[in-house]
Amino acid sequence: MDMKVSKKLGLKERYTMMTRDLAWDTTFQPMDKVFPQVGYEGIKIHDWDQWEDPFRLTMDAYWKYQAEKERKLYAILDAFNQNNGHLSVTDARYMNVLKLFLGSTPPLELMAARGFSMVARQMVGAGPRVACMMQSVDEYRHFQTQIHSISNYNRFYNGMDEFAHQQSRMWYLSDGKSFFDDAITAGPFEFMVAIGFAFEYVLTNILFVPFISGAAYNGDMAAMTVGFSAQSDEARHMTLGLECIKFMLEQDPDNLPIVQRWIDKWTWRGTRKLASVGMMMDYMLPKRIMSFKEAWEIYFEQNGSALFNDLARYGVKVPKCFAQTIEEKEHITHQSWIGFYMKPDACPFHTWIPAPDELDWLSEKYPNTFDKYYRPVLEHFDKQEKAGNRFNNKTQPMNCQVCVSTIKFNEPGDPMEMCFRETVYKGEKFHFCSDHCKEIFEDEPEKYVQTFISSHAALQGKCEPEGTDVNAHDYRPGARMHAYWRMDKRASGDFNGSEDQKNFAQWRDQATKN
Amino acid sequence: MSMDLRTITIQPLRQTFGHLARRMGADKPASRYMEATMDLQPMENYHYRPTWDPSHDIFDPKRSRITMKDWYALKDPRQFFYGAWTLARGRMQETASADFDMADELGLATGYPAEGKKVVNEVLLPLRHVAWGSNINNSYIAAYSYGIAISQATAYACMDQLGIAQFITRLGISLDEIDALAEAKQAWLAAPVWQGLRHYVEDQMVMEDWFELFVAQNFALEGLLYPLIYDKLNDRLNAAHGPVLTMLTRFQREWFAENVKWVDAVLKAAAADNPANKALLAEWIAAARQRSVEVLAPVAELAFGAEGAAVLDEVVQQLNARAAKAGIPV
Amino acid sequence: MTSNAFIAFQKNEETRCIVEAIVDDNPDAVVVDQPAMVKVDVPGRLVIKRATVEEKMGRDFDLQELQLHLITISGHLDESDDEFVLSWQS
Repeated sequence: MDMKVSKKLGLKERYTMMTRDLAWDTTFQPMDKVFPQVGYEGIKIHDWDQWEDPFRLTMDAYWKYQAEKERKLYAILDAFNQNNGHLSVTDARYMNVLKLFLGSTPPLELMAARGFSMVARQMVGAGPRVACMMQSVDEYRHFQTQIHSISNYNRFYNGMDEFAHQQSRMWYLSDGKSFFDDAITAGPFEFMVAIGFAFEYVLTNILFVPFISGAAYNGDMAAMTVGFSAQSDEARHMTLGLECIKFMLEQDPDNLPIVQRWIDKWTWRGTRKLASVGMMMDYMLPKRIMSFKEAWEIYFEQNGSALFNDLARYGVKVPKCFAQTIEEKEHITHQSWIGFYMKPDACPFHTWIPAPDELDWLSEKYPNTFDKYYRPVLEHFDKQEKAGNRFNNKTQPMNCQVCVSTIKFNEPGDPMEMCFRETVYKGEKFHFCSDHCKEIFEDEPEKYVQTFISSHAALQGKCEPEGTDVNAHDYRPGARMHAYWRMDKRASGDFNGSEDQKNFAQWRDQATKN
Repeated sequence: MSMDLRTITIQPLRQTFGHLARRMGADKPASRYMEATMDLQPMENYHYRPTWDPSHDIFDPKRSRITMKDWYALKDPRQFFYGAWTLARGRMQETASADFDMADELGLATGYPAEGKKVVNEVLLPLRHVAWGSNINNSYIAAYSYGIAISQATAYACMDQLGIAQFITRLGISLDEIDALAEAKQAWLAAPVWQGLRHYVEDQMVMEDWFELFVAQNFALEGLLYPLIYDKLNDRLNAAHGPVLTMLTRFQREWFAENVKWVDAVLKAAAADNPANKALLAEWIAAARQRSVEVLAPVAELAFGAEGAAVLDEVVQQLNARAAKAGIPV
Repeated sequence: MTSNAFIAFQKNEETRCIVEAIVDDNPDAVVVDQPAMVKVDVPGRLVIKRATVEEKMGRDFDLQELQLHLITISGHLDESDDEFVLSWQS
């Protein structure tokens, strides 16, 4: 038995034997042909062995723990579905959270899965390669468990059934799509800053922690289980993103300006993406757990400050947009919800005017802005709606050429003024929602002139359902958008009077009476 | 208010998602594999071209010469979505780890006869690097292939190969042969017997057509290597030194038996789609088989001495039978 | 001002023990209860010691088991067989 002592390796040595000791520098094929993408972004790496592995999971341990998580998750899901768990959520408005979530999140997790496979193939060091491939399969887990958890809801409620079709066509999903398309078409290091760092480390907490806690608070055991179970992988992912930033900065001082530009760009892009998450928290959860503003303060301002104070030793500065996001946290969720409310024909989820006690909650949570700017608008819409005069904006929106958001956010320092920027490139005019997006465009115009903006594409006849004859004499571009989107009209417009509302009430009734 | 939600029966509005109902031709419940896989990859309205490959879209069927009317015909007969895959591997690793623990405790591994250890050190331990090569190659396919059916299965295969490289490493540690792992790496890098194989593995790392790489790596090379080592050599060592090695290579053997079902199903589906695919696959298989045989010949000789060529020929016949069964003339 | 390192877990019997262990080993720990989750903040450096968790659970504990319950973390991570440490340098 004394033999055993000699081979008792510590976690770190053992992990090294199990990962980077497997790799070798190729000689029959040159390394730069085997790993062709690591150089072109300008990032200089001198010694891949300096990479520190944060979590040291070998595959046996990975399979053991992940299998245990999956066993638990699917057991809870099955029980929830068998017991008609969907009827135990607070009220049927909650289903709209799931619709927004299903449309926006699993397709992005899928892009992360493919993106991390790409980076896993391109990184030279065994340490980052293994961590990236593990994250890739985790991301498969995430979009699949999300779809599985919502699958049963889809059987009973409208607006979820065409998420796969809508991911590349629906106008309001285009901002998330452009975010991930942008990251995946960048080089491997920028992808790591975009997704590994800005998205996973700086922003994912806002997406999942308060939202999933909110799902729990609203009785959705399925979403809660899936969400928290996914988050247990997220700690690993966040650590990978942070490690990658440190690694680049430690390898060469010339990397700093490149990394800083990416941090500025991707923190801003991520922030824009989160407006709809905030709207979910403030407006769509029937029972609210915390306001978006509060979540932003905990997970972005405090946690982000801790992070950037720490990274200051490498010369990294707080992202340029930091101050603007702090100002915007009191506005964007209201502007987003009002924006969606105004387009009842164009979204596969319902909107509503918050009830009086909910308006009071918003007043309390947003003392500086809500009563002054947004409550009067919502109360006006409410009055109009009750008078049979429901607001309906049928015009095509103007979109930002970079983040693809509808241009609707306010001028910094002036909540009453809409922020609008433009620039001319090669004789053509491009529009932006903010200075930050304009700057991103100007850094890489050849990339961002390509952005697919559905309101423009529709006018060019590029958004037509299969089988449309664009040469027909009565053809009108964009006239068949609902068919192109496969949008179920029962799922759109006001929650009050909707089929979901009636069904839910009737089914609950069946459960409570004999 | 008390609610008994279980006892009520309510009529669902639909059975499944729209894309699955259209695929199945009816609105009926779909399996979790289908929900997790079918028609999920974006195919249109990409925002930007890759800066690393501007001549293609982000996902682009033209990255292979194989064409498919439906890329989701490349289904996995094991129906592995993440949950099914990780549960299957969880069970396999539990058994394998228990075997290692038992072998360690009873001194079965350290007590393995020196002659047997020599063969393991020389023939088996360098294979951890071959598995690492397979891991790199499958991550290429997972990254650049078309459709989630093939990309997810190769992503799992990529992790499987990392697991195999680690189980081989653990075998070295268990036999108390940490130094032998270092020697095996040295042999992999410099000993003449391994250089042909290493050359081929590195050539695979620069193949551009992901489907051709699939054929070379997952069908031809592994299709010869695994039976050669984990069946033929294992039988021989067991006959001489008892069944310990079977215990300590259990994971690889179980994995291969299962993996061929998937690999063969992918080839069969691609060959069945159109005659051009079938001809291309036949061409790729012939080339990869020939190269694999060439580079494995010295390894077979190291393992089986003078009988190496004959043993290798046996496993080539097995591979040919698999190709024929997939409908590909070889 | 020292930044907080933090960790959050799903609420269950195992994490009840883990949180107790953190509180014992980190005198400045602040525990924040939320629906279905529990978050622990510690200024500067948060340590989870295997030995303390084992004492609370009454069984052997592998720090990698934390994987099962984690929701989020903040701080640089350093993990060994005996300790799981999250820290900020500033």
